[in-house]
Amino acid sequence: MDLSIFGFLVQDGLATGAVYVLLAVCLVMVFTVTRIVLVPQGEFVSFAALTLAGFEQRQRPGLAWILLIAGGIAFAMELYGAWRRRTRRGLAVAAFSFLALPAALSAAALAGNALPWAAQVLLTCAMVTTLGPILYRVAFQPMAMASPLYLLIAAIALHFVLVGSGLYLFGPEGVRTAAILDGSTEILAMPVAFQTLMIVAASLALNLVLFAFFGFTLLGKALRATAVNRRGAQLVGISPDYAGQVTFALAAAIGALSGILIGPVTTIYYDSGFILGLKGFVGAIIGGLAAYPAAALGALAVGLLEAFSSFWASAYKEVIVFTLIVPILLWRSYAHLTVDDDHE
Amino acid sequence: MTANILAETEDLRVCYGRVEALHGLSIRIREGQIVTVVGANGAGKTTLLSALMGLLPHTGRIAFPRWPTAALSVEERIRAGLCLVPESRDLFGTMPVEDNLRLGGFSRRGDRGYSAGQSLEEVFALFPRLKERRRQTANTLSGGERQMLALGRALMAKPKLLMLDEPSLGLAPLVTKEIIAAVAGLRDHGVSILLIEQNARAALAVADHAYVMETGSIMLEGPAEAVARDPRVVDSYLGARKADPEPSNEDAAPAPHPRLRTAGS
Repeated sequence: MDLSIFGFLVQDGLATGAVYVLLAVCLVMVFTVTRIVLVPQGEFVSFAALTLAGFEQRQRPGLAWILLIAGGIAFAMELYGAWRRRTRRGLAVAAFSFLALPAALSAAALAGNALPWAAQVLLTCAMVTTLGPILYRVAFQPMAMASPLYLLIAAIALHFVLVGSGLYLFGPEGVRTAAILDGSTEILAMPVAFQTLMIVAASLALNLVLFAFFGFTLLGKALRATAVNRRGAQLVGISPDYAGQVTFALAAAIGALSGILIGPVTTIYYDSGFILGLKGFVGAIIGGLAAYPAAALGALAVGLLEAFSSFWASAYKEVIVFTLIVPILLWRSYAHLTVDDDHE
Repeated sequence: MTANILAETEDLRVCYGRVEALHGLSIRIREGQIVTVVGANGAGKTTLLSALMGLLPHTGRIAFPRWPTAALSVEERIRAGLCLVPESRDLFGTMPVEDNLRLGGFSRRGDRGYSAGQSLEEVFALFPRLKERRRQTANTLSGGERQMLALGRALMAKPKLLMLDEPSLGLAPLVTKEIIAAVAGLRDHGVSILLIEQNARAALAVADHAYVMETGSIMLEGPAEAVARDPRVVDSYLGARKADPEPSNEDAAPAPHPRLRTAGS
């Protein structure tokens, strides 16, 4: 292997690694705040890429159906809860985020084919982001107090529901969205595609935004507080339901952006999300599903490892990446005593 | 003379599964009062506070200003002016003192007339030690400082009724004194307090009104001084004390006598 191939592989690894970093950070965030291992994180990625591709190919937006149906179920659950508690409080907010917003976005999506590219991207992100809290409301909020194991099983079930709906609504064909940026430049006498640079820069920027959000805003601190002490957070008025929905909205938004970033460089099928999410997960467990920097570095390492193993042993590339889970878990279980997160 | 009633429960019942832990409690808290509930371990004191806070499902009536129904969520109760400092404190250990306090005002964010900065200064004025340690994380504080932080965090929400569960738990006697004095000082700031204390002597000394709980029922209630003199309370909760200086003085000093209630009434 000469230097130019090495440089090319590093580039490739950094670009995919940058997307895995985003997914890993989301997994850590969702797990610490809600104790849910967000298996369907990848579906946010694939649905975003498929929806944007649908706009480009002038198809009907399949995601609108998921949004409307799941939103309807979420609102029905809110209505039932309000009826049981004999109060109308909170219904207006629920009607907005579970009915009005999905309906408005779906209507916009019907006209989405005619929109300029930037508006299509925004609309895609908005639709996927809206889906996040709806899924939390429907699948997790009723069982938020359950143990992490039950939550994991619910997450797996939700993953299969979403993948199944994805096959039905988007079809089995893979898509590749149009390149966002064409052309390349030279860095250290090596050609670097603008697309690669953009992915890395966007990932870096998003991570900085997240860092600022969690470090400096009251809402971000409230989510961290929920992760540190759930009961303490509830006693200062941070409702677990609210924290869960905000976290899912964030995870969905980042997933959507990841999908838009990765869409032009990887072919995305209805079920591609799982593999992408799983690679983020391998990165996240390096940080024990708890530490952001370790998770980010781990995810970057996964991207690089994948790039190099696809050069040397391309048939085994997934095998090599996922086999990594075993030694990492062994190392973590020996190096760190597991903390039962409910009894700190 | 008697202040307005701030909060009131009527026939409050809580069940853990099929076991009833509170058997129809009726208590009353007046504005600007410290009301204490004393009782042995397992009497249901913490259960009472959890029910008031909405952490446990319960039946019966709880009256509090601006509460239309009893089925309010924890967050709505906090916004109505109720605040609980639990026995375990439940601080945000890995976060700095100042962030802990600012999060205490989370429920008031966006309220007109509420300024987090001003509330923060008020808490710092009350507990100057917290100001010195504002950049330290909560889990580096001493036991007494943690309790101060827990109190301060609760005060950031501008509560009308502050419920304290064993604020002196695990603290040295001198620190306990300091905390209890701080609690008494809060009353002068217009906060009503429902105080639960293992240290019945300290609680009764500072309280205006007292309830004695036994296995989920109120056994005795009355002005704190009178309850503190009740022989049954002295025997069970205060321990042997030197003999009453004027044992036969009961008619001469007609202090309001504690009313005795039988279980389940």
